[in-house]
Amino acid sequence: MNKKLYSLSAHELDESLKNNAIKSEDICSALESRIKELDPKVNAYLKRPKEPLSGDAFVSTGIPVAIKDNICTKGFYTQCCSRILEGFIPPYDATVIKKIKESGHSCLKFKTNMDEFAFGSSTENSFSGPTRNPWNLSCVPGGSSGGSAAAVASDEAIWALGSDTGGSIRQPASFCGVVGLKPTYGRVSRFGLIAFASSLDQIGPITKDIYDSALLMNIISGYDPNDSTSINLPVPNYTKALGKDVKGFKVGIPKEYFVEGLDPEVKASVEEAINSLRKLGVDFKEVSLRHTEYAVPVYYIIATAEASSNLARFDGVQYGFRSKDVNLIDMYKKTRGEGFGEEAKRRIILGTFALSHGYYDAYYLRALKVRTLIKEDFDSLFKEFDCILTPTAPTAAFKVGEKVNDPLKMYLSDIYTISANLAGIPGISLPCGLTKHGMPIGLQILARHFEEEKIFSLAYAFEQNTEWHKLKPKLT
Amino acid sequence: MPKYEAVIGLEVHLHLSTRTKAFCGCSTEFGKEANSQTCPVCLGLPGSLPVFNRTVLDYAIKVALALNCKVQEYTKFDRKNYFYPDLPKDYQISQYDLPLSLDGFLNIDTDAGLKRIGITRVHMEEDAGKLIHEDNASLVDFNRTGVPLLEIVSQPDISSPEEAYQYLSALKTVIEYLDVSDCDMEKGSLRCDANISLRLQGESSLGVKTELKNMNSFKGVKDALGYEIKRQSELLELGEILMQETRLWDVKELKTVSMRTKEGAKDYRYFPEPDLPPFIITALKIEEIRRAIPELPHEKIRRFVEFYGLLESDAKVLASSRKDALFAEECFNSYPGKDKKPIVNWFIGPLLAEANNRNLSISGLNISSAHLLELLGFLSRNEISNLAAKAVLSDMIDTAKSPEEIIKSKNLIQISDGGALKEIMEEVISENQKSVADYKSGKENALMFLVGQLMRKSQGKANPKIAKELLKERLNA
Repeated sequence: MNKKLYSLSAHELDESLKNNAIKSEDICSALESRIKELDPKVNAYLKRPKEPLSGDAFVSTGIPVAIKDNICTKGFYTQCCSRILEGFIPPYDATVIKKIKESGHSCLKFKTNMDEFAFGSSTENSFSGPTRNPWNLSCVPGGSSGGSAAAVASDEAIWALGSDTGGSIRQPASFCGVVGLKPTYGRVSRFGLIAFASSLDQIGPITKDIYDSALLMNIISGYDPNDSTSINLPVPNYTKALGKDVKGFKVGIPKEYFVEGLDPEVKASVEEAINSLRKLGVDFKEVSLRHTEYAVPVYYIIATAEASSNLARFDGVQYGFRSKDVNLIDMYKKTRGEGFGEEAKRRIILGTFALSHGYYDAYYLRALKVRTLIKEDFDSLFKEFDCILTPTAPTAAFKVGEKVNDPLKMYLSDIYTISANLAGIPGISLPCGLTKHGMPIGLQILARHFEEEKIFSLAYAFEQNTEWHKLKPKLT
Repeated sequence: MPKYEAVIGLEVHLHLSTRTKAFCGCSTEFGKEANSQTCPVCLGLPGSLPVFNRTVLDYAIKVALALNCKVQEYTKFDRKNYFYPDLPKDYQISQYDLPLSLDGFLNIDTDAGLKRIGITRVHMEEDAGKLIHEDNASLVDFNRTGVPLLEIVSQPDISSPEEAYQYLSALKTVIEYLDVSDCDMEKGSLRCDANISLRLQGESSLGVKTELKNMNSFKGVKDALGYEIKRQSELLELGEILMQETRLWDVKELKTVSMRTKEGAKDYRYFPEPDLPPFIITALKIEEIRRAIPELPHEKIRRFVEFYGLLESDAKVLASSRKDALFAEECFNSYPGKDKKPIVNWFIGPLLAEANNRNLSISGLNISSAHLLELLGFLSRNEISNLAAKAVLSDMIDTAKSPEEIIKSKNLIQISDGGALKEIMEEVISENQKSVADYKSGKENALMFLVGQLMRKSQGKANPKIAKELLKERLNA
């Protein structure tokens, strides 16, 4: 049995742990051999450093969680898959890591691969090389949390943490056929998450099924005095939302999400999902989110503006990579020129421009105003509807290298996920089908601020009435 | 009247003396080992987030109200972006378009009377670290990073270096009364930059401005402004066109040197700090803080004049230091009787003289009100002379002993006893027969000479009043 432990879900393993049928070490060794076997192909994890680090940072207890490389782990490399943070070892744990340890679980001894500083939708922008999609190794796993999603999909991890700024949890979850949740902004502490865009970033779970997503949310959610943007509201027991009857649930289908650019196969799968939910008594109605077309441009102004400031601190003075130069200004220039990858540089330049004197009002300020309009679109819909249902991404996973030289095309793969970040609302992606080439398709469910429970109820009802979450890639 | 008029505005940065930093729990204590008072937040380590220390807000509101500013209901922090090695995040958390408070004023004394200097804004921000330059390297000490600062920007209402000095002194006094900063320029807890431009007298448009930096004392500010007025008027006289620039005060050479011109001006790319939500300051909060503001210098001066009968000029001297004023009032109140003149005079006279001689403040003399009152008791009972009392005061400051102890050990009690005085008097008369004769022939002055002789013979201990009476009686007999 031990050999197959890696293929189980966290709630199944939890059961066995509680019955003393297995030990935490059994899960770890099962995962380690699985990683050893598969990761040379998938590249979901960063190479382990040659010299093991001292300290007790990675004592194995409970069910280990795979952690994205932009979440600080005390005493263990956290490098955002960027050369500029090469060798950076945080002296502290992110709040989510503390919470995982306090819950009796632990972190895996590997960090998961990602697009550098979470800049990307394909996990190709990593100093550690691209992660491959376990369903088809010539395809991308999505991004930026592609390492976490691919690890869970290939059974190299039981469950994982990602971060989502514009879809970086949901889109790779969709591409890899797993469950990814972006919580409400302020639900999970950002303390210790290396910031991309502070007003959009949220940490969230990537799991094999809805149950595990709820379990991990129970652990990581809650107010944190160290994060002034976290909200002081009680955390419900999310597993209690599972199995709730969804009959009479009112769900909106935004017409702006079913337009040109949506792959017909994806569209068909989502429509099929709507039909199966309808059979469970869910009421659907077409709705409009009027400002949807502005979401991508607004996002790329706000997110890059914040990123340009957040990434300023990587200057070679205190930590990470420093290029050798005697002159201060040249040291800054060379360090940042050599330390950041292409996409990081592109976004820093974009954001710097948007904030510059003479352009601020036309770009940044206007983007903030449109962001408010987008949020208001959702607010008014949620007065009437419990949830909104959309495809997670316009297509299934694309080929490695396909969009790498066309940033605009790449940016459009987040077109359905970005709005939730701008509005601060929660959203989940769960598997709802396969393309004729056998690639997973994701269904996105959005809800009002702090109504993750409604998402869980609806998603669980769908999952329990379909078989999609049980499919596994044939890697071996 | 000089040909040109100076237009000066001052920008003061003030360390608030909160126990911990503005956005983390590190201590703000000055002079600790380099980088010993740091944490991931003030070091700007990746992933760390700021949490606002609410005491900073209370202190800042206090200052804003004392400077007659309007505290804004809705305020927020912004990021000011620039690269510098003493700035670990490469942005400073500051306030830009919605500062804490706007539109106040501070009154200063000038030769022409009271002058109102407008205050544009008072806002909150964090301090940067400190660079230490060595031969082959520069080191950074981040202990100061994140210490809360207030930026206090004046209107360009200041017209002379002297007024600038007065403004800074008045500002420092108010801040000291509020007890929110130690205002020590040498420790860097108060820093001042100045903007100055010249224009022809009577002109209403502004000239080209120069920003002055690097002054490390109030006198430095005054000297740098004086130098700039001279430099700029000389250039204007030569018909040159001035450039907008930033200049540094060189305290050794006593001159300003150019640092950068306007072309090098920075774009700080301000935008709202996304890690700190904006906040609302309620009217209730403002009232609560307003009530906690102590009596301010100008109020104290008025009360000292009205209640204790001080001259306004004397009241100003006492009120220029909160501690002095508190000590003075403690003494005034415990001084018996309705007429406070004797003790007031002692403050303005001997006490202030001692303080000035020793380069200390009156409260810095470290004498207790009880001892001072005891000393004045001896004086009012005519047990010691005024001269002796001053000597006793000096000893009290040196030794911290009680006046009684000093008077006893030095045997300074006045001889008021007629019997004892008569003996000395007879000696004086027999030794100064000429003066006795002069007096008797009508020369009144001779009497005072004889009193003086008597005082000398008694080593100053004779009560001069009684001695004079006795002599008069004896010689007129």
